[in-house]
Amino acid sequence: MLEIRDLQVKLEDENKEILTGVDLNIGAGQVHAIMGPNGSGKSTLSYVLAGRAGYAVTAGTATLDGADLLAMEPEDRAAAGLFLAFQYPVEIPGVGNMTFLRTALNAQRKARGAAEMTAGDFLKFVREKARTLKIDAEMLKRPVNVGFSGGEKKRNEILQMAILEPKMCILDETDSGLDVDAMKLVADGVNALRDGKRSFLVITHYQRLLDHIKPDVVHIMAAGRIIKSGGPELALEVEANGYADILEAQ
Amino acid sequence: MGLTQVRQDALNARLAHLGAVSGAFPAAREMALARVVAQGLPSRRDEYWRYTDPASLIAAEPARAPVFDNRAETLAFQAQDRLKLVFTDGVFDPAASDPLKMAGIEITRLEGAQSGHWAAGYYGTLETAGQTPVARPLAALNTAFARDGVLIRVTGKADKPVSLIYRHFSETSDASLHNVILLEPGSTFTLLENGPAAARFSKVTEVIVGDGAQFHHVCVQGRDPERRAVTHIFARLGNASVFKSFTLTANGKLTRNEAVIELHGANAKAHVAGAAVADGAFHHDDTVFITHLGRECESRQVFKKVLMNGATGVFQGKILVKQSAQKTDGYQIAQSLLMDENSQFLAKPELEIYADDVKCSHGSTSGALDETALFYLRSRGVPDRQAQALLVLAFLQQALDEIEDEAIRADVGQRMEAWMILHGH
Repeated sequence: MLEIRDLQVKLEDENKEILTGVDLNIGAGQVHAIMGPNGSGKSTLSYVLAGRAGYAVTAGTATLDGADLLAMEPEDRAAAGLFLAFQYPVEIPGVGNMTFLRTALNAQRKARGAAEMTAGDFLKFVREKARTLKIDAEMLKRPVNVGFSGGEKKRNEILQMAILEPKMCILDETDSGLDVDAMKLVADGVNALRDGKRSFLVITHYQRLLDHIKPDVVHIMAAGRIIKSGGPELALEVEANGYADILEAQ
Repeated sequence: MGLTQVRQDALNARLAHLGAVSGAFPAAREMALARVVAQGLPSRRDEYWRYTDPASLIAAEPARAPVFDNRAETLAFQAQDRLKLVFTDGVFDPAASDPLKMAGIEITRLEGAQSGHWAAGYYGTLETAGQTPVARPLAALNTAFARDGVLIRVTGKADKPVSLIYRHFSETSDASLHNVILLEPGSTFTLLENGPAAARFSKVTEVIVGDGAQFHHVCVQGRDPERRAVTHIFARLGNASVFKSFTLTANGKLTRNEAVIELHGANAKAHVAGAAVADGAFHHDDTVFITHLGRECESRQVFKKVLMNGATGVFQGKILVKQSAQKTDGYQIAQSLLMDENSQFLAKPELEIYADDVKCSHGSTSGALDETALFYLRSRGVPDRQAQALLVLAFLQQALDEIEDEAIRADVGQRMEAWMILHGH
């Protein structure tokens, strides 16, 4: 599904290397987790994959089902099936959440050559998805993320994921700022989308989220590359001992 | 004090081209002409015209303006039940217009109005009052030479809005219309205006809002690129009355919209708002002067401008609170979205307050499109241009929200959206 080979990235404005050679291969239906200390490049990896401006790729490749992600505009990556749940979802005053969701869905459908969904059908579709995430109708009427609590913002990200039905989902510290109940709700939302074909890359600081979203593979990232990979037990090891042992072993 | 030679020459050239004063209410017209002769026409040297060069507005003849083909567009207010009156290049078109008759109002045209007409006592009076403290010679010139317009007396709840539709078919038309609207106490009325009017267009509307009356005004100035227009709306508000005016301006070589409002009674509300989109070497100027005289009145000014590809936006907004106007609540916001480095926004907010128990605030900002929001939308699959249009419309929304009627607000919103797409943004 997602194949990353020797990805090297620096900040456009300054000559600072952030990713120094990331290799990652996520198969269809798999859940991979990336853990790592602050500043190791986890969020940068997610932004570069989604196509955010400000980064320069100096080497390497990233493909989604064989298609060159790095050559695409952000909207084309989305249409190709990539989704990034933001660590800090953006507030957009003046744009209604419903308008936003429908515009996004129809833009993607159009890009894939499918018919646009009518307002009536969309309303039903969204209400159903929102109900399972315990998102009330009032939240759908408000401007995108404006005045949302931290938990509401993250649930809104998962709602978008549920509506857009991407094949590759990246969750960038979706657990940050969530209380235990909210995290459970978000994790349930994600698990509901696991269908054996859809793949996930979960970026997190804490093992706790991985109790709810069970990963197939756990990677440890440091200094801009993946330094160790293993099963779920690797996350438990980090939780118990921190990163120091793993970093020293390098 | 006499006029400088340059000003005298400009005035003479303009007046020579206009010829003798004629038309309804001759006494008011002669007095208006006297005001123009005393003041001279505006020039860039005037403080009030510092950001907008009036040269093309005062020139003896208008610049040639190719007719803008808007046949592909849906015109504003199509779905609205309204009394339609059409002016083509400033000339009334009876064949295209509805009969001048509607429950709740008396309506006649300025052209042909007799001396005994109710409007004889109003024509030019608010314009005259509006000449202090700032001279507005182009408004006086309009009073003196306006060819036509509508005179509306609202006696109850008007059945439906009156819709003035302006068409532009002549490349050299120099149109001048003057409207007087009198809302009797407790009455309600909505005025709609839309369309490109002429190669050069001058419009004055005087609105007297009686005690407890409500006046709503929504104007959609077409996106004809060659338009040169100067408009004035003068209003005087009685006790507990409401005045709300919204203007959507798109493109146009030069547009100067002035609103001069006097809150005369107590507990009155005046809201003036504007949304503007300029894509190219266009110039939009919104100049507002609100005077608070009565107690416990509220005024709001909300102006939003989207400027790109060399456009210039101007906002001059003043709130003057006289000593009698205790407990005034004044609010003013003027914001621009600069889509590139070639566009500029010039804002001059002013507060002048003589009462001690008032609440007045103002703000003015200029900024670029929020890159983070743009990326967020694009990361969800919304194409760049569409994402930009969404954010631009969101930016304009606050001004649009000032339109009270939901159907009219939706209609104007759709025009705005269609224009954004036609513009390629």
